[in-house]
Amino acid sequence: MLIFAIVTSVILIVSLIADRKKTWLGIKKGAMMFINLLPSLLLILALVAVALALLPKEVMEKILGEESGFWGYFSAAVLGSISLIPGFIAYPLSGVLIKNGVSYPVIAVFITTLMMVGVLTLPLERKYFGWKVAIMRNLLSLIGALAIGITIGFLWSVI
Amino acid sequence: MKSYLKKHLVDLAGFTLFACFVAVSWAAEFQFGIQVRDQFVGSFLEMAAFLPLMFILVGLFDVWVPRGIVERHIGQGSGIMSVVWMVLLATLQAGPFYGALPVAYLFWKKGASARNIFIYLGAFSTMKIPMLSFEIGYLGLKFSLLRTLLTLPVFIIIALIMDKMFGKNFEMFSPETDVKKK
Repeated sequence: MLIFAIVTSVILIVSLIADRKKTWLGIKKGAMMFINLLPSLLLILALVAVALALLPKEVMEKILGEESGFWGYFSAAVLGSISLIPGFIAYPLSGVLIKNGVSYPVIAVFITTLMMVGVLTLPLERKYFGWKVAIMRNLLSLIGALAIGITIGFLWSVI
Repeated sequence: MKSYLKKHLVDLAGFTLFACFVAVSWAAEFQFGIQVRDQFVGSFLEMAAFLPLMFILVGLFDVWVPRGIVERHIGQGSGIMSVVWMVLLATLQAGPFYGALPVAYLFWKKGASARNIFIYLGAFSTMKIPMLSFEIGYLGLKFSLLRTLLTLPVFIIIALIMDKMFGKNFEMFSPETDVKKK
């Protein structure tokens, strides 16, 4: 976290020296994005806080933790495929989940399906590719996401 | 301000409900509500410390990246370099998956192959640099590196399979222009 703050500051200073106007525009753009995401971020954090209070850490570990096995990946894949959460929210959310006992491989499946599989956006995707192509792409992505998660599961403790 | 409230009405209403619940729980010393509040405050503080920095970075990224240079190389040739350009361009983007579809359509019109279009979509959804900076920040470099290195071959394989299955008569449509026709 500290390294991140330092890197950002350095980039900001370099950018300021290079072009003040451009830098200001960039900061304004970033701030607008932040303000627009804030309401949904607050709501999701609130919902997660309720969910985490309902499900104590031990239960969470059992369902989505290291020992959860197939069902952990399965639930993560279903959740990731059907939800529409922007990455800017999904990553902070994943950070919270990890602190509460969810394992990294399960998070990998959740994140990858979230990014590559979109059940809710399927009707839109169909308009560009037609049903056959859209469904096939989503299906292959789902299989790919599970493969990525399982591989991370194998490698995580080794590396 | 008014349009902002309107746009985020559902989220804000939901959060207000949550805030009321927490306030009432606090007043009534309702144990569950207090637990919820502590959980919320904990994760919110962690985020608040760090999110504004992230968005400054994303904003700066947006104004400095020379997308035009990369875009000029799209659609040229079909060798390994065209794949590299596709991935490179995708990593420089920001935004949701459905935002990439109209761009993919333009590439298709410009003559990009089915394989390259699916590689673009794969890279766009999983390897955008602004997203990676979030990933590293919240889940760590080890996770991010491992996931990215595993995802790259996976979406290339998916693109190859898609190309094999549908590449021959591959066609894309544009909903916007279709609507206009009708």
